[in-house]
This record gives sequence, C-alpha cells and structure tokens, in this order.
Amino acid sequence: MAKRVSLSGNEAAAFAMKQIDPDVVAAYPITPSTEIPQYFSQFVANGEVNSEFVAVESEHSAMSACIGASAAGARTMTATSSQGLALMWEMLYIAASMRLPIVMTVANRALSGPINIHNDHSDSMGARDSGWIQLYSESAQEAYDNIIQAIRIAEDPRVSLPVMVCMDGFITSHALETLEVLEDEEVKKFIGEYNPDDFLLNADHPIAMGPLDLQSYYFEHKRQEQDAMDNAKQVILEIAEEYEKLTGRKYSHFEKYALDDADIAVVVLNSTAGTAKVVVDDLRSQGIKAGLLKPRTFRPIPGKEIFDALKNVKAVAVMDKADSFGAYGPLFTDIRNIMFDNKDIKIVNYIYGLGGRDVGTKDIEMVYNDLMDIVKTGKVYEVKKYLGVREKGGEEVWQL
Amino acid sequence: MSEKVYKTGQDASWKELPKAGIIYEAGNAREFKTGDWRVKKPEYYADKCIQCLFCWAYCPESAIIVEDGKVVGIDYDHCKGCGICAVECPDRASAIQMVIE
Amino acid sequence: MSTTTAAKMLEIRWHGRGGQGAKTASLLLAQAAFEIGAYMQAFPEYGPERMGAPVTAYTRISNEPIRIHSNIYEPDVEVVIDPTLIGIVDVTSGLKEDGILLVNTPKDPEYVKEKTGFKGKVYTIDASQIALDEIGGNFPNTPMLAAVVKVTGILDEQKFVENMEGNFRKKFAHKLQVVDGNMRALKRAMQEVKGL
Repeated sequence: MAKRVSLSGNEAAAFAMKQIDPDVVAAYPITPSTEIPQYFSQFVANGEVNSEFVAVESEHSAMSACIGASAAGARTMTATSSQGLALMWEMLYIAASMRLPIVMTVANRALSGPINIHNDHSDSMGARDSGWIQLYSESAQEAYDNIIQAIRIAEDPRVSLPVMVCMDGFITSHALETLEVLEDEEVKKFIGEYNPDDFLLNADHPIAMGPLDLQSYYFEHKRQEQDAMDNAKQVILEIAEEYEKLTGRKYSHFEKYALDDADIAVVVLNSTAGTAKVVVDDLRSQGIKAGLLKPRTFRPIPGKEIFDALKNVKAVAVMDKADSFGAYGPLFTDIRNIMFDNKDIKIVNYIYGLGGRDVGTKDIEMVYNDLMDIVKTGKVYEVKKYLGVREKGGEEVWQL
Repeated sequence: MSEKVYKTGQDASWKELPKAGIIYEAGNAREFKTGDWRVKKPEYYADKCIQCLFCWAYCPESAIIVEDGKVVGIDYDHCKGCGICAVECPDRASAIQMVIE
Repeated sequence: MSTTTAAKMLEIRWHGRGGQGAKTASLLLAQAAFEIGAYMQAFPEYGPERMGAPVTAYTRISNEPIRIHSNIYEPDVEVVIDPTLIGIVDVTSGLKEDGILLVNTPKDPEYVKEKTGFKGKVYTIDASQIALDEIGGNFPNTPMLAAVVKVTGILDEQKFVENMEGNFRKKFAHKLQVVDGNMRALKRAMQEVKGL
C-alpha cells in the first residue's frame, strides 16, 4: 500500500536508502546533498538499517570506499554534489570500469568557480563520460522512484554498471513536497537480495579485480562498457514496467508531455521540466501546439526513441543547465546529433539557470515564443543563446 | 554460481573476455613467464648448498624450486634475475652466484 | 491531461530575517496543508545563512499536483515577519492587487498601507509581542503562521490547531514545556490579527 508523505528531495533520497537498507554507505557531506548522509547516519545510529556507514575524510575516499565495498560483494550506496563529485572524479571511472553496481544520488549543484552552492548541472554533466548510467528526476517523487529502480538497473547482470540519480540541488533537494512512498516490504521485495556473480570475499572462488590492463586488453574492456550501456536501455524499460505495476507511476527513458502533435517543443532536464509543463498547458489553452520532452535517461541516451518522438516537431529548443564553453550545451549536442538525419527540424540551444539563476514560467514562455518565430520565418539567427543572463547593464556607471 | 564461459588471451574478442578484466583462476600469475626480463642469471651449486632455505624465503618471485624440504634448483621461467638469492646465500656456502646469461 | 494553473493554487511568500523562522513557518504551513489532503511545496531561497540576514521562503498549496519549480514572483499572500524589512526589501514586489499583505507590527493596517502603497487587503499582527508573552522569546513565526491561516481561510482553523499541536509535540519532543506556549501564541494570534 502506498503511503502519502511530505518529504524534501534529500529526505526522500535518504528514505529510499533506508528502505533499500544497503550493506555499505560511504559518504562525505557537501551542500546541498549533506542531509542525505546526515539522515542516513541517523538511521544507522538508531538501528533502523543494518548498513555499515563509513564516515570518510573526503569524497575521493567516499567513492574509493564504495568501490572497495562493492567489489567485496556489498550492496553499496552514496550521495554527493558539485565539488564532491568533482573530487570523486578519477574513482568514478574506476567504479564504472570495474562494473560495480554502486548507486549514488547527486543533488546537482554548480561547479565552482566562482564559488557557488546553487543548482545547475555542470557537476553531473562533467561526469557524463565516466561510464555511469545517469537518471534525472523532476521532483522528490521521481528521485525516490529512480533511486529504487536504480538498484535493480545497476545490479542486473546484463548491465552491472554504477548509476547516478540526479535531482536539482535546493530546488528539489530542499523543497518540501507531497509524494507517495512504498512500504518497506514492497521495496525489499522489488529490489530482492543482492547476489553478485563475482565478488572478492567469495572464498570458494577467489578472483582478482581491477588488474593492470594495457594495449592488448583495455580497449576490449572499454568496448564491454558500451555493450553494458546498450543493454541498460532495455533493462531500464523492463524495470520501469515492473515498477509501474507496483506503484502505478509510469517511467520510461523520457517523458513526452503534449508532444505527439506538437509543432514546437522544449527538451529540458529535471525540475525545470515541471515549470515548462505549466507553460505548455498555458500555450495549449491558447491553441498553440507546444510540447515538452523531458529526458530521464541521459546515459545511455535513447537515440532512436528520441528521434521518433521529435520527428514531427518543426522547431526544438534544447535547454542546458550546463555549458561547454567554446561549444554547445551537452544535452543540445546529443539531441541535435540524434536529429541530424531529419533535415526539416530546426534545433536551438539555450543555456539557462547557471549557478542557480531562477527560471520562471516567463523565461520559458520566451523560449517558446522564439520557437514560434523560427517556425514562422524558417530562420535560425542564433543557435546558442543565453536565457536570463544580463546582456545590458543599468544606467549608473561607476568610474574606478 | 554458474560456470563462466570465457576466453582469455590476445585472440579473444571483447565478447569472450571476462568482464572488466576479472581474473578467475587463483594463482594464474604462474602462466605469465617473466624469465626473459633477466639480464643476470643465478647459478645454483648443489654441492656447496647448506640447505638453509634463505634463498627460498627471500625470493620475491617464488622461483627457488624446493622438493621434500630441499632446494633442488631455480625456476628460470619466472626468475627475473634480481640477485637477492645470491646476496642472501651465506658467505660460507656461496651456493648461488650471478652470471651473465 | 490535468492542468495546474495559478488560479487553483495559492502562492505565499515569506520575508523574514535569519533566525526568525521564516523557513520553518513556510514548511509548517505546507505540512498543515498536506495533512488535510492538499498538495503543497515549500522551500526557502538560500542565501547567506546568517542570523539577521534577509530571508525569503515560499509555500505553494494546491488541490492538484504542483509541477512548477520556480520561485514565486506574483504571490497571492505576502507575509512580512520582520517589519524592519519594509523599505529594505521590496516586500510587495509582484504581489497581486487583490492579494493579501500580512505584517508583524503593533501598528494598524492603515499605517502599513501608507508605508508600502499597497492597495489590496492589509492585515497586521503584533506577533513579536505575542511570542514574547507566550513563548518567552521573539519567535514570531508561530503567531504569524496562525494569522496566515486566519486571514486566508485556506485551512480549517480547528483542524489546523489540532495539527499544529501534533507537529509541536513531535518537533519539541525533547522539551515539551514549549508546546503549551506555542499553542497559546497560536490561538491568540488568530484573535488579535487586525484588519479583518
């Protein structure tokens, strides 16, 4: 039986971890995900979980401890943000290449500098190529649901990869919301026991993991990671279907919102997709065929499915809450690449919300208005634009 | 645990190689011959050997062959020629000496 | 396809200073709404988390799932927990013309109207004094919260009072002596709000 609760995104993540009751959690606190290990360590102290909580001295150590625990055969989880994720950097690749099914919640936060604690996606986008599966979450509800599904996705023998569940720092992590959670027993049954094929503490079959891997083998092992990502596409859908039977909440690689007959569409991740839905409803009530595509699976990116979902749209704006200076936003690069063979569609890129700059319905309305102009004129003047940045200063000028 | 079907070696494809380079056979370092790393080679003189087993204890490659508690020779497939055995062999015996190959 | 439009949703913006409990009040109101079955969202705008610094917090209450995830720019209700913020922070920025302005001050609503130029409904309450009398410290958020419920009528008053008592008992489990004071402050605020 589902329970209706009020939780913040961080509380929802910690609660999901409590229900999952992993063998090991190794984490180091960092804003805005600090509360996740904080709440979880309380569960450990209160004896509400059987987990071993490893309080480490840095995020590099957190991921290293997770790798050790997971290789030993433990179901392992952690959480981080921003600089923490950056400090985990080299270990992220180790976790993925050792094919360890670690599940990590990332409360997305801008990377410094300049020093900033607020939300954008530069942290997880930077980890795009580390070999981790990335799921993005619009709300606390989606974060909760994604974390539970992530355990199954990561541990599926066809996949055997770590999974990063991303939600927006502060906007989702610190906002109290209404959501539905499962009973502990239901979660336990859904995720099942963790019985890895290969693990270091298996005394009957001693193995060596993570050996030196030079020119003769490294490439083959990297090719295997791509294969695991390919398999993950199917596995993510299978698990989503099973989860829907349990909860009634439907998940896929992405959510289509009023997209099927849309002329113009926005592609955007996480909480901003919720705000965009409000704009879509408003535009639809005015008879404007606006739609939205909200990716959930960013790695692996479901290319064929996105191509089909957007093929009848005339103009698309891909909104990136991360920039690649001297190039385009990471989501845009993927979407335009996927749509390359469809020459009829115009695709533009908006960089928005860096460092937590708030994005309201008015900002998103502007994007849809621009798309309407593109459809009307058939012309794109600027492929990459910045939404909500000050282009002109005020009138007062200070002379130094 | 199911039996793994996999291949190793440089003719194995990415589909056949064990996932993530996991090494399934315990102690398979034996298959990796390191004898050709050697520049100097330890010569063993059985008639001088006092069977103190120091060489066996110190050899980092387990290349001293011992049978029935006695040194009988050197495993040249794995000996890297580090010379530790010759140094550790007591002066009064000097049963191992390094020579150019 | 269900829709959430601003019309079906009540948006409340809280202005206070760090330490006065603006964030807590925004969460408590949302929690009370949650417990009577509504959908809600509550979040502070994090800035310098220092005692005394101006703080903004937001509460959304709706009878349908809330999908918007931005700050509130055109609130239905504006709650000013610290009157010294008037003039420092543009407290009525974007406040709907038929909206509500509620200020913690011993002065009358007319004074606030004059000071802010706001033409809509204005209510005042001496929340700090009530808190000093009943709780024994300047914690104006509890009486302000009660005044919000009173002037907006968004929650059933009786249910709200019961709900708050439950919340206080949970929140102050380690010092139950403060529960009674908070409850007295709550009830007084509902009666003493001016401008009704």
